[in-house]
Amino acid sequence: MAVVFAKTKMLCEKPFHYCPGCTHGIIHRLVAEALDELGIGETAIGVAPVGCAVFAYDYFACDMMEAAHGRAPAVATGIKRVCPDKAVFTYQGDGDLASIGTAEIIHAATRGEKITTIFVNNAIYGMTGGQMAPTTLPGQVTTTSPYGRDTSHCGWPVKVSEMLSTLTGPAYIARVSVHDVPNIKKAKAAIKKAFQLQMEGKGFTLVEVLSTCPTNWGKTPQEALMWVKESMIPAYPLGVFKDVTAQPATPEGGAQ
Amino acid sequence: MEKQLLIAGFGGQGVLLIGQMIAKAAMHEGREVSWMPSYGPEMRGGEANCAVVVSDEPIGSPLVSEPPVLVAMNKPSLVKFMPRMPAGGTLLYNSSLIEGVPLREDITVIAVPCNKIAEKLGNDRVANMVMLGAVQKATGVCTVEAMRDTLVDWLGAKKASLIEINEAAMVEGAALA
Amino acid sequence: MKQLMKGNEAIAEAAIQAGCRFFFGYPITPQNQIPEYMSKRLPQVGGCFLQAESEIAAINMVYGAGGAGARVMTSSSSPGISLKQEGISYIVGAEVPCVIVNMVRGGPGLGSIQPAQSDYYQATRGGGHGDYRMCVLAPGSVQEAVDLTQDAFDIADRYRNPVLVLGDGLIGQMMEPVDMDKVADRAPAADLKEKNWAANGHIPTEDSPRAIINSLYIDPQVLENHCKRLQAKYDLIAANECRWQEEMLSDAEIVIVAYGTTSRIARSAMRKCREKGIKVGMLRPITLWPFPDAALRKTLSTAKAYLVLEMSMGQMVDDVRLAINGERPVHFYGRTGGMVPTVAETAAQIEQLAQSIAPDDGTCRTEFEKTVRGAAEKIDAAAEVVGKKLDEAGKKITETFNSPELHKKAQDVGKQASDFAVRTADTVAKGVTELFGAIGKAVESVQKDLKDIEQQQKAESDESEPPKDGGKEGE
Repeated sequence: MAVVFAKTKMLCEKPFHYCPGCTHGIIHRLVAEALDELGIGETAIGVAPVGCAVFAYDYFACDMMEAAHGRAPAVATGIKRVCPDKAVFTYQGDGDLASIGTAEIIHAATRGEKITTIFVNNAIYGMTGGQMAPTTLPGQVTTTSPYGRDTSHCGWPVKVSEMLSTLTGPAYIARVSVHDVPNIKKAKAAIKKAFQLQMEGKGFTLVEVLSTCPTNWGKTPQEALMWVKESMIPAYPLGVFKDVTAQPATPEGGAQ
Repeated sequence: MEKQLLIAGFGGQGVLLIGQMIAKAAMHEGREVSWMPSYGPEMRGGEANCAVVVSDEPIGSPLVSEPPVLVAMNKPSLVKFMPRMPAGGTLLYNSSLIEGVPLREDITVIAVPCNKIAEKLGNDRVANMVMLGAVQKATGVCTVEAMRDTLVDWLGAKKASLIEINEAAMVEGAALA
Repeated sequence: MKQLMKGNEAIAEAAIQAGCRFFFGYPITPQNQIPEYMSKRLPQVGGCFLQAESEIAAINMVYGAGGAGARVMTSSSSPGISLKQEGISYIVGAEVPCVIVNMVRGGPGLGSIQPAQSDYYQATRGGGHGDYRMCVLAPGSVQEAVDLTQDAFDIADRYRNPVLVLGDGLIGQMMEPVDMDKVADRAPAADLKEKNWAANGHIPTEDSPRAIINSLYIDPQVLENHCKRLQAKYDLIAANECRWQEEMLSDAEIVIVAYGTTSRIARSAMRKCREKGIKVGMLRPITLWPFPDAALRKTLSTAKAYLVLEMSMGQMVDDVRLAINGERPVHFYGRTGGMVPTVAETAAQIEQLAQSIAPDDGTCRTEFEKTVRGAAEKIDAAAEVVGKKLDEAGKKITETFNSPELHKKAQDVGKQASDFAVRTADTVAKGVTELFGAIGKAVESVQKDLKDIEQQQKAESDESEPPKDGGKEGE
């Protein structure tokens, strides 16, 4: 019988610890498939964050380092400078990347550090139990914004992709979502492109993936996917924010 | 035998270089040496000084808090450090820039008009070399030959044309000590 | 051939000659010559210098490069080293080798930029969170800074643990002769193995499986086992890597303990004091951790007192006291905040100590001592007189007690007292019995009343609604 679907070899046998309905699993798989399909997986080096994906070193079937909270881009910088020919990636959540690790991500990006960052944005701190994240939407209820995020008190969400795309160092910055199959396919293409440009030495690459957290959002998996579509995407529009290989923008269409 | 020198002036007078030249020359003669600069905000245009210790055995403190030999290139340095000298010490001061300071009588005093001599030689920048010549002669911290070799080494092939004037400055300085 | 080199630059060149090809750092005085030198030299040898956005980022870059198997170094000064502590803890936990240089300046806080030794606790007690140790090397000269920096890379690789080179502003800024020929192209120590654990993107083999560089052990039992394994490693470092230098110790009655810059000051002071006939020597710890306590205890055979000299308010003195364990007095002299003790004030401390331990030959050196001795003699004489009088009084008391007349009187009084006691006791006992009887009766009566009230309340509550506040049950 013909095999039409199989587990990618870039993922280990270990079962994921993620909650039901969490899209980390999908994103892991997309990263693993992209590495495998580009033929750079076996010799890739990944850096795991502090957050829900803290055990990523148990899942990706390549050399892995576990970083301190927010420091993954600095750790990846050290690795890449020693192993310039290898694919080096960080896998970070929104608290890790957009709060405690803002300095590291901005400077890795502006240096044009030839790494790929997978930025998983689910608008909440998952691992610690649902606290307000830098990307939490205005009005969103979390355990530390029990009355909803009050922008007059604690400001507005950080738009990482938009912000980083103003820098010269990045080669590719895109925001994608994994709430349905067409978007999962687009996400895969973006991740693959990011790795490809890294290997071509074009510069820093980042793919922001909108993700779910049914447990801490207090939603069913299905409701969570709908919430990504209806609430998150309007706040975090999808698209390519920077692509140094793209054709110059036409007056009508704009850049993608 | 151990010799301790404190060389002080303001930034840009080449006081750190005087100290380094002495330390290098003595090192090439097989002595133990240390050179310790003042560092921090004061090095930006303000006061600069360095302590040099030359010895036959491993050097203890590289700091010179009571200088038996004081080289003062400007007035504030003289005012600041002369009181710290032990009796019987040797003071060499730049008499082109220092006047009107009552000098101690329990020390040997050597006046060296560094800038005046340097001007006469045609380059004010060799004022510190005039003093270097005087220090070498007055203290015997190293030989004239070692000092000259160090000078040649320091100037290198690129600035070999400057050897003559620098050496002349040192000779003039030594003549005063 | 010897070269006159500045401590900071010499350390940087020594690292390069020991195979360090990666440096990540952030500017801070008084160590800037290290990154500056590295930025110039590393590209010349195919290496990489990167100025990080912060000390935090720098130490994490070191973690990445070290984790990928490279010889890597960072340097900073006190406030910057504090920032690096998080990363150092992770590096230790993940067992990644690297070399860290701290050119200590005065603290706490922003402090000053002048030399200090006030980071001793931080350096020798771990510094960051968790149960760990780092080998701490404290050079006392520029040549030694070069030698120790090169050794640091070997020690780091040997134990897969960071090594700290602890200097200060003086060691970093000072120029001294360095024999660079001796340290050129220094090969890694012969006992060092391939880094088969490195996360360098290698194809996994049996010898070198997929690398996971990690300090997270979520199961406490697994973490305890990990910590015990680390501890066994620290025990090995303590057994193998401890270094110190002994100066003039063979007959030393006063033993100075000082490291780095203060050992230089102490050396000059010691020479001055030796000229005056004071038997003073010095033990200079070269490794601050492991601390050379066994070597220090050997000095007990001649030592009468210890003097610890530090540029701090007293930190290493704790380790000296732990080693000496109360067997001799341990004195401390320190300057801090960037102040360096002078040779003169250090020599004065030694002389003062020499006087205090001098054998008592009855001569008075000062007026004060004369006064004290005079007073002591007078007290002694007075005490003798008082003692004699007390003896006499004692004898008289004994005689009186022993007289038969007194014995008879005592017996009479005893009998009278006994009779009185018996009579009194009878009366008291009677009274008490009566009292208890009365109390018993009263209690019975009260209990009966309470029962009546209870029954009455029950009858009432059965008839009415339960009280709204839930009542006061179970009083």
